[in-house]
Amino acid sequence: MFAPLTWVLVALSLAAMVYAVVLAARNKRIDWTVLGIIGVIEVALIAQLVIGIVQLSGAERDVSGPFFVGYLIGSLLVLPVGAFWALAESSRWGAGALAVACLVVPILELRLHEVWTA
Amino acid sequence: MADPAATKHGPGRILIAVYGVFALAATARAAVQIATKFHEAPIAYLLSAVAAIIYCAATFALAKATTVSRKVATAAIAIELVGVIGVGAFSYAVPDDFPDATVWSHFGQGYGFVPLVLPVLGLLWLRRTR
Repeated sequence: MFAPLTWVLVALSLAAMVYAVVLAARNKRIDWTVLGIIGVIEVALIAQLVIGIVQLSGAERDVSGPFFVGYLIGSLLVLPVGAFWALAESSRWGAGALAVACLVVPILELRLHEVWTA
Repeated sequence: MADPAATKHGPGRILIAVYGVFALAATARAAVQIATKFHEAPIAYLLSAVAAIIYCAATFALAKATTVSRKVATAAIAIELVGVIGVGAFSYAVPDDFPDATVWSHFGQGYGFVPLVLPVLGLLWLRRTR
């Protein structure tokens, strides 16, 4: 695994989460700034998926392939679904729901890291 | 009679988001377990699949938020509560049958005990938006 990318993803997701929480606290809906951050995260996640699969195929250690690829693909799905769910809500709770989705990405990244280094 | 759609708005938005996360997590976990090592602990892995189905049902029923789907959600979440308490207790009593393999093992310890809190919040929210 390309560790720097993992930590960048953790940092960006936590930043997006904090921003979404601030929006919710200020009674605002989600805006283009947070959607932009999420777009960057998604691009990085796609890069991670490609790098992860390439490295998995060349891994000499015994990495649990199905779990590893499962986490890689699962992490891609969370934010688009979360953003869709948040956009369809006209109150502050939409931003709150997006914050939940943003929190899931770092958790998945940590599990991914565990699976890779186990 | 309150609007059943209230269930999917306000704080319900966050509740359903968390349910969605668990639906995804439980489904992925069950699929991988059953596809790759079903013979190792069939009971635990079947329970994983049951948990996944319940989380998916609860998520979609809460998100649909009609009079009928609210009943489906109530039933699914009640089963979920019984499941997490039952499997949680059983996993402590007979640990050999549960190699820490379901979302509900040890009352959801591997998931920060969220699986134990979630059905309680779900039922309270359904009651609140009745």
